Amino acid sequence: MKIKVLKDILSANEQIAQANRHLLNSKGVFAVNLMSSPGAGKTSLILETIKALKSKVKIGVIEGDVSSSLDAALIGKEDVPVVQINTGGECHLDANMVSNAISNMPLQDIELLFIENVGNLICPAEFTLGEHKKILISSIPEGDDKPFKYPLMFNKADAVLINKIDLLPYLKFDIQAFSQAVKGINGKAEIFQISCVTKQGIQEWTSWLLTKMSRK
Amino acid sequence: MHELAITQSMFELVLEQAEKAKAKKVDKINLVIGEMTGVVGDCVQFYFNFLSQGTLAEGATISFAMVPPKAQCQNCDETFELKEFDWTCPKCGDNKLQIVAGQELFVESIEVE
Repeated sequence: MKIKVLKDILSANEQIAQANRHLLNSKGVFAVNLMSSPGAGKTSLILETIKALKSKVKIGVIEGDVSSSLDAALIGKEDVPVVQINTGGECHLDANMVSNAISNMPLQDIELLFIENVGNLICPAEFTLGEHKKILISSIPEGDDKPFKYPLMFNKADAVLINKIDLLPYLKFDIQAFSQAVKGINGKAEIFQISCVTKQGIQEWTSWLLTKMSRK
Repeated sequence: MHELAITQSMFELVLEQAEKAKAKKVDKINLVIGEMTGVVGDCVQFYFNFLSQGTLAEGATISFAMVPPKAQCQNCDETFELKEFDWTCPKCGDNKLQIVAGQELFVESIEVE
């Protein structure tokens, strides 16, 4: 006997993600799911954003890593609430892990929540967490062909940050070709050129973020 | 690597549906997988064989209907298969595209006894 199912495999994750979003909305928290390959600058971007916005916005951070709490320790120095998730081998965060993490956060004291995903351009694209925006960092040393290699990730991002832009004079990276590829499959994506070292573009990025937060 | 989480989710969905239908055994699972998801069929079957041991889904075969990525041109509406490194419309040459297929990840049907 054949039974029609027609159900999304990740519908269970989607349900928990919706519950997370509902909880975050009820507490007035704007959540950002930050994704990139390992070493593209997720933690550095969070640190720079904290420095830029700390006086205006109450920020919290969930750190996702396969192992270690190095990133949580770095963020903790900025005196913002941080929870570390160690996925123990899983290559992405899922809605259930985030649900557990937010239950351990003082949500009433947070307006902007960064969820730093596991460094990976494939798996995190599939799993919604309950975030309001998906942000993708792609850095200059990774090369300009990444949109073609990881189209799903680039298709789902609300903004793409080209990080380490200060390295552009030293490496081969065609910004125009990269931006055209991103815009081609994702017309809604904003593209920012930033450097967490020289601080180029950080102000544009944080202004955009504040605008999105106010429109939530 | 995300195959384990995806297989776990799929396995739970299949068991739930099979139990609802009061099935004794699941023979086959028909999945529809978009190629853009990067899900590897062999890995899914491997994890499934492990997870399903001792359940009514043990021994079930999984069929994968792979869906190639397709885009629709936002200028002339032409729908075409997305080729590697060439994301322009074959008809009008525009590069504003909407992805219309290739992101699927669902259980189409199950075959049970």
